[in-house]
Parts: sequence; structure tokens; C-alpha cells
Amino acid sequence: MVVKKVKVFVTLKESVLDPQGKAVEAALHQLGFSGVKDVRIGKYIEFVVADGADGERDIRAMCEKLLANTVIEDYRYEVEEVVSL
Amino acid sequence: MKTAVIVFPGSNCDADMYHAIRDNLGQEAEFVWHEETSLDDFDAVMIPGGFSYGDYLRTGAIARFSRIMPALVQAAEAGKPILGVCNGFQILLEAGLLPGAMLRNRGLKFICRPVELEVVNNRTLFTSLYETGETITIPIAHGEGNYYCDETTLSALKAAGRIVFKYRDNPNGSVGDIAGIVNEKGNVLGMMPHPERAVDALLGSADGLRLFQSILKHWRESRAALVR
Repeated sequence: MVVKKVKVFVTLKESVLDPQGKAVEAALHQLGFSGVKDVRIGKYIEFVVADGADGERDIRAMCEKLLANTVIEDYRYEVEEVVSL
Repeated sequence: MKTAVIVFPGSNCDADMYHAIRDNLGQEAEFVWHEETSLDDFDAVMIPGGFSYGDYLRTGAIARFSRIMPALVQAAEAGKPILGVCNGFQILLEAGLLPGAMLRNRGLKFICRPVELEVVNNRTLFTSLYETGETITIPIAHGEGNYYCDETTLSALKAAGRIVFKYRDNPNGSVGDIAGIVNEKGNVLGMMPHPERAVDALLGSADGLRLFQSILKHWRESRAALVR
């Protein structure tokens, strides 16, 4: 059976401040990595779905309805074909 | 007035809310498990604070798809008073019943202490017993109460008087110092501070009680209007 492996990346919008990113950036500076800037923290979500005609539309619906909050977050995804037993 | 207190897995201010209504307001309250599908028997609905579904994915993101939610949307459309406190506010945002979203507190810390709020608008069913411009003290307890919305939404909220409570000294980075907002119709209030924890001088403040009394007053008046 051919299934698809979906990898979703959710990140805060550019216009939204990221307090966690700021804290991690400060910690990296503390460690001596002084050249680091613009640290942003996001989420990575992966799942497997059966190969279907509505695949892409479904993935977008999942992202818009649940996986990302589009008021504050952007998302992108990658789809890989996987042949499984 | 019969009030529902919705309980999600991970709610932890449900008992406080229940007691505020039963013992301090002196009205009927009932816990409603999130798998129920009707709120028809109730005059008002409270969504309490806590960490529904462990705050997985985002605060309120999973609770928003609970089986009770269509009934909540229906109650909102019917004009019933709905109050979401803390995690309840986060759930209302995720459900789209109120605009905007919550971010991690600006200082990253979980903040648990009484704060001063300004009552920005007393012409709502939740605040009629306060004075506009009055300062009240209500505790907050949250790690993600940094309210965010875009400029357009913020101006619309301001223009329509939908910002109900503002922080006197912004603790978490919320845009416009926002602590609580209502929907367009004015019957759904979301707020990060916990009025149910400020209903008796013994708790440090009784300033939250008038919020519940305002809801009761509204309910009594609208019932009297029906009878007439």
C-alpha cells in the first residue's frame, strides 16, 4: 500500500513576538555563540495518511483547523510517498 | 438562575467557579462534563480555568473540539451569558467565539498574584454593577495570557467598547493591556483574571463578586421583560 508521510512545520508569524525564542537566544549568547540572532521556536508534527485524491486539501484543512492557529502562526508542509506493507 | 460549569479533563478552577456561584452568589450551579451535548437547561455557562488536555498543541486547542462545543456555540447564539476565565478564555479564542490568540507571557514566567484592573466598559451584562474607570483587584494565574490580535482587530475592539477589562500595570505583554473582551453581541466574555477567586474578603478581594451579580441582575431583568 502506498501511504504518504506528512511533515508539518508550524512557526509564529514574523509580526508576532516570540518570548521563548528571545530566552533561548539569550542562553545561546551566554554559551558564547554571540553571532546568533532572530531565534524563533516552532513546532514539528509528522503523521502518515493513506494516499487519496483529497490528500493536499485534507492536509491544509488539518493545518488550518487544528495544527496551526493562523491568527498567530504560519505553517508549511512536506509530503513524502512511502511504500509500506 | 441555573448555571453550567463545564468540566474538561484538566480543568482545575471548576470547583472554585461552582462555589462562587452556589455559596457567594447564592444561585444554582451544576458541573457539566465536556462529553455532554446540550446546555438547554441552563441560563448561563461558565468555562473555568485550568489546563484542559494538558495544554497540548496550544492552550484550548483540543478542548475546542469537545462534544459540548456545538451546544456552547448554540448558547452563545441564543444570547445566553457565557464567561470564559483563563483557560476558558483561551478555549473561546480557539473556538473563534472571541477574536485573537494567546501567546506565552512576555517574561516567560507563570504569574500568580492579584493584579489591578480597570473596568473599561460597564455597559455590558457582566459589568453593570461596576463603575467605568473603577479599579478592581482580581488575581491572575497563567503562563500564556499575553493576548494578541492584529491592529485592525484591536481598533475594532476599542471602537466598539469590547475591551471590558484592562491591566493597570500590564503583567504579561498583552496588546492594549487587554485583560478581558466581549463578543460583538456582548454576551460572551473572556478574561484572564479569575473573578471566582475574588468573591469574598476572606480570599483577599471580593471585587469579582459583582461580575456574577451583574450576570444575575441581567438574567432577572430579561426574565421580567419576558413575563411582562
